[in-house]
Amino acid sequence: MTPLQLCLVISSLLFAAGLTAALARNNTILVLLGIELMLNAANLNFIAFWRFGPASAPAVGVIFVLFAIAVAAAEAAIGLALVIALYRHQKNIRLEEANTLKG
Amino acid sequence: MTAALLFLGALMLGSAILAFTRRNLIHSALLLILTWSSVAGFYLWAGAEFIAFAQLLIYVGAVSMIVLFAVLLTRRSLEDPLAAPAPRSRRVGAVLAGGAVAGVLVATVLGTPSAPAAASAPMLTVKQIGLQLMSAHAASLLVVGVILTVALIGATVIAATDRTPGKEDQP
Repeated sequence: MTPLQLCLVISSLLFAAGLTAALARNNTILVLLGIELMLNAANLNFIAFWRFGPASAPAVGVIFVLFAIAVAAAEAAIGLALVIALYRHQKNIRLEEANTLKG
Repeated sequence: MTAALLFLGALMLGSAILAFTRRNLIHSALLLILTWSSVAGFYLWAGAEFIAFAQLLIYVGAVSMIVLFAVLLTRRSLEDPLAAPAPRSRRVGAVLAGGAVAGVLVATVLGTPSAPAAASAPMLTVKQIGLQLMSAHAASLLVVGVILTVALIGATVIAATDRTPGKEDQP
């Protein structure tokens, strides 16, 4: 197994862990964290291909990851603000009970 | 070299799996800090130092703090179990789905012949990253700045406005 394949296997498993958490848990915060973990797994792929892949423009992988991290940070802020708004509205953060759009 | 990668991968996956099986949300958040730190370690291992420290600053420093704030702001009492676990069928289904995705991805990765790896890490200095960001990717940088500004203002508005009618009017 080449190092590139090992990196890709690790990031696939990390992605699957995040996906399982996002699907299985009932707590909104943990679902968000699972999504963050999936984004991190994608970033691992970018860096792995930048490091081991065929030579390309020098900084493309790194810059891709920078932008992905910025968008992930914005997503985390919005998501957790939504969690707080949801808690204020229904006094818990169980995902199953958040089933109405009306405020 | 491979041993370090295996260690980082085991740390990453182990702490992630432990984090998502805890009942206590604080424990989950702290274990995820370990996961994010080991992702930063992976970036260091791969030679992307700038990204490694960006990951440390943003995830270990900032995202973990807002996660902890959200956890503490949304729980009613210490002994209150935050949320009853999801029904068993859903957990089993989620594990099956995750396992299927992992199986397909790993089988594809292992079944694909890969090009011989580059001998050494691509040389990349922070100066080069800065020049690239300011020249070829300047427009994307501006768009990311706008996204971050809008997201943070939106987050403040969503979290700070109380829409309960008449709450302020009552004595």
